[in-house]
Amino acid sequence: MTGPGFVPTPVAQLPWKITLLVFAIGAFGLVVLYSAAGGSVSPWAERQATTFFAFLVMALIMSRFPESLWKNAAFPVYGILMVLLVLVEALGAVRGGAQRWLDLGFIRLQPSELMKPAIVLATARFYSMLPVREIRRFGAIWPAALLIGLPAGLVMMQPDLGTALMITFGGITVMFLAGIPLRLFIGGALAVAVAIPVAFSTLLHDYQRKRVLIFLDPESDPLGAGYHISQSKIAIGSGGIFGKGFLHGTQSHLDYLPEGHTDFVFATMAEEWGLIGGCLLILAFMLLVRWGVGVGIRAQSRFSRLAAAGLSTTIFFYVAINLAMVMGLAPVVGIPLPLVSYGGSAQLTIMLCIGMLMSIDRANRSATRTERI
Amino acid sequence: MNRPFKIVTEAAQSFSFSRRATMLGLGQGAVGLVLAGRMAWLSVAENQHYKLLSESNRVNMTLIPPRRGWIVDRHGAPIADNRTDFRVDIIPDRLEHKEQTLSLLSHLLALTADDLDRIQTDLKRAAGFQPVQVEQNLDWERFAAVSVRIPEMPGVAPTRGFARNYPLGAAVAHLVGYVGAASAEQYEKEKNPLLVTPGFKLGKDGLEKTLEDRLRGKPGAKRIEVTARGKLVRELATRPDIPGQTVRLTIDAGLQEYAARRLGPNSGSVVVLDTLTGDMLAMVSMPAYDPNSFSQGIGRMEWKMLSEDDHVPLMNKVLQGLYPPGSTVKPMHGLALLQNGVDPDRTVFCGGVLQVGRGRFHCWKRGGHGAINMHRAIPQSCDIYFYQMARELGYDRFAPTARQMGLGAQYDLPFVSQYYGTVPDSAWKEKKYGKPWTVADSINASIGQGYLLVNPMQLAVMAARLSSGREIVPRILLDQPHRPAASLNLDPEHIRVIREAMWSVVNHGGTGGGARMYVDGVDMAGKTGTAQVRRITMADRRAGRTGNASFPFKLRDHALFVGFAPADNPRYACSVVIEHGGHLITNQDAPQTAADVMTYMFDRDLAMKRLLAAEETWGGDIATRMAAKRAAFMAAQNAPVPPPPEDVDSARSNVVEAAATTDRTAAPNAAAEGSPEDGE
Repeated sequence: MTGPGFVPTPVAQLPWKITLLVFAIGAFGLVVLYSAAGGSVSPWAERQATTFFAFLVMALIMSRFPESLWKNAAFPVYGILMVLLVLVEALGAVRGGAQRWLDLGFIRLQPSELMKPAIVLATARFYSMLPVREIRRFGAIWPAALLIGLPAGLVMMQPDLGTALMITFGGITVMFLAGIPLRLFIGGALAVAVAIPVAFSTLLHDYQRKRVLIFLDPESDPLGAGYHISQSKIAIGSGGIFGKGFLHGTQSHLDYLPEGHTDFVFATMAEEWGLIGGCLLILAFMLLVRWGVGVGIRAQSRFSRLAAAGLSTTIFFYVAINLAMVMGLAPVVGIPLPLVSYGGSAQLTIMLCIGMLMSIDRANRSATRTERI
Repeated sequence: MNRPFKIVTEAAQSFSFSRRATMLGLGQGAVGLVLAGRMAWLSVAENQHYKLLSESNRVNMTLIPPRRGWIVDRHGAPIADNRTDFRVDIIPDRLEHKEQTLSLLSHLLALTADDLDRIQTDLKRAAGFQPVQVEQNLDWERFAAVSVRIPEMPGVAPTRGFARNYPLGAAVAHLVGYVGAASAEQYEKEKNPLLVTPGFKLGKDGLEKTLEDRLRGKPGAKRIEVTARGKLVRELATRPDIPGQTVRLTIDAGLQEYAARRLGPNSGSVVVLDTLTGDMLAMVSMPAYDPNSFSQGIGRMEWKMLSEDDHVPLMNKVLQGLYPPGSTVKPMHGLALLQNGVDPDRTVFCGGVLQVGRGRFHCWKRGGHGAINMHRAIPQSCDIYFYQMARELGYDRFAPTARQMGLGAQYDLPFVSQYYGTVPDSAWKEKKYGKPWTVADSINASIGQGYLLVNPMQLAVMAARLSSGREIVPRILLDQPHRPAASLNLDPEHIRVIREAMWSVVNHGGTGGGARMYVDGVDMAGKTGTAQVRRITMADRRAGRTGNASFPFKLRDHALFVGFAPADNPRYACSVVIEHGGHLITNQDAPQTAADVMTYMFDRDLAMKRLLAAEETWGGDIATRMAAKRAAFMAAQNAPVPPPPEDVDSARSNVVEAAATTDRTAAPNAAAEGSPEDGE
């Protein structure tokens, strides 16, 4: 976008604005992790910084690849991940216990995590292949439903409700964007709304029902299952508007807040930075998602459109489900806060999404440049 | 799709995508706003609530029991104060190896079997977090011995605190009561965490109980920051306790102790009032428990010994003991006669017996007093004179004076319970028994028997009012608003006659010569009394069983005395009741006791000299005798002893109840059958 000047063109062409935004979120996350460790770079901030910068560089490199690469890779990647998912399931069965990852030596690969962007790519690829006139036929629905249902079902069996839901949401979002009749979604939503209370009273066991009730009223069991949500709400609520100050959070430093560096990192942050810090972080994520959806709207090909909007929605789901969970609006399902929570897998997923979004964005810009020329 | 056209072209599809992507973006924005709103709700609207929760997470507060306010006498001498106390408690919740810990503790602290029994009982009753006291009042060596071995004994908590101390011991037991750990019911009622804090004690009886609000003070707090796992991070500022108020009593501690000692081995009570102000200078009921020992927890042996004692050491006889006043009411009845227009010079012939209908009423003097008027009838305590007057006037003409002199009244005093007795008249009997009043009832009441029942406090008030003609009301708190006693508007001539008669009782050949004080320039005036608790039957008289020595303790007469001094310018009034004394031992009789107690107010050295001489005849001072009694009791016990009741209060009131019923039933019996009467 910038004209010729002191900066070499390849550098100038990097998506600086969005890189800065991502960098800001990640850096803030490092600051929070530093505090969560009691004012120390080890054990979390240090390692998180390494992976963060590595993945950021990876994303920037990905931005130089043509978008067609993602289009062509969509089905093969989906296939490989399906095989890995089955493998994980089988390994888990053999070892007698739930397992979600494969140890590849240098990294613990969590196929269900990578399935989140992969499902978006695969469904987008499917609809990009579908002739325009077919979109209102049944043939536009069942293959996509199958694409989504298989991995979601496998992940559900792990059991990992949060990830299964995100995979489902990601796929359905692409279906929605692809133009599947709206009444199907409205009808489906209504059916689910009716099914939930019925399932609640008939299908669920007593202990499961109790879990749901505790989610609805965590204070009723503050030391048991409601402990996470209660302590998280206490951390956020006690922070007030301006927070207790950097390194002065008591809930996190005195270990009252469980998982204060992973899933509940937002509560750790909110306790010290208050409503101001929380709103800024939410705003930053919303800008990121808005940019992603914008990339989709501006994209030229059908695959790029669906993939870009779908990938940014995946980022959105991460943020929304995590925040709803830590603020007591959703049950505890184990979805980390992207770029902030400690842990490599989720970071990798998000950076992959961002990298592909940058790549599509770059294609968009060169297309407009070409048109202008 | 609610659109009029179907997606059939690339352009339409692209348009549809843009619309839906925009919808998606708006939806995401809306969710973002909801999340931000939720966060604002938590951190702004509910900020206070969560701040509090966060603080209560972070800060672990340990209450420090407040130092209890002192109770001091009128000169500021301590009656109840606090001393440093090294204590060891068990927190039942944290106790892991009960038997092992107890045996180690009993080794380290040299606990007795009685102590271990009490601890076991308390542990069973304890509500988890409520500390159970192992031992208090430890010396430094034993305290240190436990402290160094704490790691071996989880649940054992050595603490340094304050303990209640009563320098006068048993002498003030019924006056101030004692303190103890709160019972489960009290905690349920008050819901105050202070009540279950180790070392906290509240008033269980007497002034300690009724003045609890003033004496308690405000607890301090030790605040520490702890992690979720209970690890101490640092100590925060400690809030010091605010000690309770000091309460100043009208009691003269020296006199109180003297009177308690002077009662010797008797079961009895002494009340001394200031005749000008109503100030209670002494209020003694003996024997008594040791409040120091009670405040440390009551051992079952101690409880058994006290509750089985026929001298009822668990009862405050001053306010809860009811007695027929006997002849002590004769001066008051004399006043009633004067008020009813009877000439004090009018004579009645006393032949030793008065025949009324089929009943025969005896005078205490077998041969009779001959012709006798009021001036002599009071000093000689002639029964026939009062029989005759009561027969003529009826007791309904006496009762108003009895009430005017304070009998039958309940006083506004900070004590848990008062029994206020009966001033009978025809309306009362009709209401209570549904029977008409009889001449015999009047005759019995005229010499302080029959239905008439009083407590020792009322007797002292009666003496004070007779001496001053003022409406003396007893008071115990020196800081209470004080109104000068109103005049009773008695005829000064009437008072003069009665006071002179009471002077004669002691100093002019009357029945109360034993109450002479032998202090230069100070004469005692008073009246003796004997209250029968059984009927003397004709068979008894024939067998010569009229002397008290021939009856068991519980059937002997009560010995009473009321008086005031100086006789010519009254300052102090007193009442002395010796339960079942029977006038058997001269230096333990009521008049002699009253004389020495009153002497203390005028000549302390003389009084102390007499006391020390007297104590030699009955085995030393209170502490010495209590210890000897305890040792003898322990030696006599070999059967296992049941634990003391948890709520000593209610248990003790049972004792009082029983004692009071005995007295109540004893009196009507005497009345119905007429104590000096032998109806054949």
